[in-house]
Amino acid sequence: MKKENRQKSEHEFLRAFLQNKAAVISTVIILLIIILSVLAPFLTRYDETGQDLLNRLMPPGNGHIFGTDELGRDVFTRVFYGTRVSLLIGLFPTVLAVAVGTVAGVCAAHFKGAADFIIMRLADVMLSIPGMLLAMVVLYTLGGSLTSVIISLILMEWGGIAVVVRSAALEIQECEYVTAAASIGAGKLWIILRHILPNLLPTLIVLFTLNIPSSILSESSLSFLGIGIQPPQVSLGLMTGTSRQYLFSSPHLVLAPAVMILLLVLSFNFLGDALRDILDPERKTL
Amino acid sequence: MSDELIISAKNVTKSFSIGGNKHHIAVNDVSLDMYKGETLALVGESGCGKSTLAKLLMRLIKADSGEIIFDGIDISSLSEKYVRPYRKRMQMVFQDPASSLDPRMKVRDIIAEPLKVWKVCDSKEEMDDRVRELLELVDLKESALDRYPHQFSGGQKQRIGIARAIALNPDLIVCDESVSALDVSVQAQILNLLKRLKKELGLSCLFISHDLSVVNFIADRVCVMHDGRICEMAAKESIYSDPKSEYTKYLLDAISAS
Repeated sequence: MKKENRQKSEHEFLRAFLQNKAAVISTVIILLIIILSVLAPFLTRYDETGQDLLNRLMPPGNGHIFGTDELGRDVFTRVFYGTRVSLLIGLFPTVLAVAVGTVAGVCAAHFKGAADFIIMRLADVMLSIPGMLLAMVVLYTLGGSLTSVIISLILMEWGGIAVVVRSAALEIQECEYVTAAASIGAGKLWIILRHILPNLLPTLIVLFTLNIPSSILSESSLSFLGIGIQPPQVSLGLMTGTSRQYLFSSPHLVLAPAVMILLLVLSFNFLGDALRDILDPERKTL
Repeated sequence: MSDELIISAKNVTKSFSIGGNKHHIAVNDVSLDMYKGETLALVGESGCGKSTLAKLLMRLIKADSGEIIFDGIDISSLSEKYVRPYRKRMQMVFQDPASSLDPRMKVRDIIAEPLKVWKVCDSKEEMDDRVRELLELVDLKESALDRYPHQFSGGQKQRIGIARAIALNPDLIVCDESVSALDVSVQAQILNLLKRLKKELGLSCLFISHDLSVVNFIADRVCVMHDGRICEMAAKESIYSDPKSEYTKYLLDAISAS
């Protein structure tokens, strides 16, 4: 009996998910990209930094699926190594930003008063500084590297997440089941862990999925500008940036990483939008 | 019904800020006594302050002035830490059964929540037995345990809410418009259930309603509220046969007209 009903609610979610074309297609693309980039070392016989100066700027074909770049490196290999960085950037800082934003938002909503004021003004300050500017300041101070890109992305994103989480938590707190728990004698921590967070989960899933593409895009932009990830590390943004002078002679150098960024960002965006529709609190079936 | 007091309010006042320096006085200098084992009905139109009074009695909100005396102790001035032990002894059944049950919890966990908060059961088996027992008390089938609230009808949800309220064997339960969201035939079932439980478990019950015919069915005494004040308080029989205040007459006229 127990198993049956748990399965039933999961079944409902799965059915809604499968009926949503955007969700299915974007999930398939994302999974495919993840698998390919994880298996990248086995898919190619080239090294992502291995130079071959005799075969510079080769067009696609001839053993190089996407051709070679200005130093004779295999573009196909580099695109998938760059995708690994993009995925890491998409997932890791976003998880942390959602965690920080959730703690901040829930605390603000729950403790109200001074805590609310301080946390939300801090978030406002973060939101009022253009994200890229903030990231540039961080990157100039800490120097361009994967770690400093991750730090600046968390700083860019937590504020917006905190604002959304706070308003969602406030709404949940107004529900009678929270009053009911308080009237039973449940403490604040009990209410947060057992009632507010579980009911916040759909919001968090959507926030997470929708923040992944913006993280990926920010990293690409920063690396394109040359202040993000530094060579010899590979990044899709960095590849587009360094290859742009060959845009007319060897367009494949820019196209390959750019199309990959496009695919990643679009897929995560579509998935996030679809999840938002599926997990709409109005459905209340989950 | 005994002459021992279970809860009483002495000159309780509560006002809410409605922007700027304006205040709305929801409960104005209200005093009332409730005896062990009785069902006291609190009647009045919506917005008259009866729900606020209930929340004050439950100490879910703090009174501006006055005392709430539960079992000889003024709980209105106690801090949350010291009120907590009293929460175990008074429970609430809410108006809207749909929103008073957490949509992400199974019925099993909803009913067991008070038991878990108070750690009254020593083992999982004991808790499971208690939950089943409670389910039986409110006439729900055991198959309900692993389902979610949205899979039940309004009346069934209210039964789940009642099971949760009686889980800790409280002395007092406060029913805040607990049947107003239900249709008439279901109302009767829930009222009968409350009556039966009250007898079986020796509960005292504060029953809040705007519906005088419902009150007539369940109450021993009736307390009529209007504009934050109590305008009449008497045994049920005398309220219906011989209303003293103008407002009570007006309310009675309203039901005989409909």
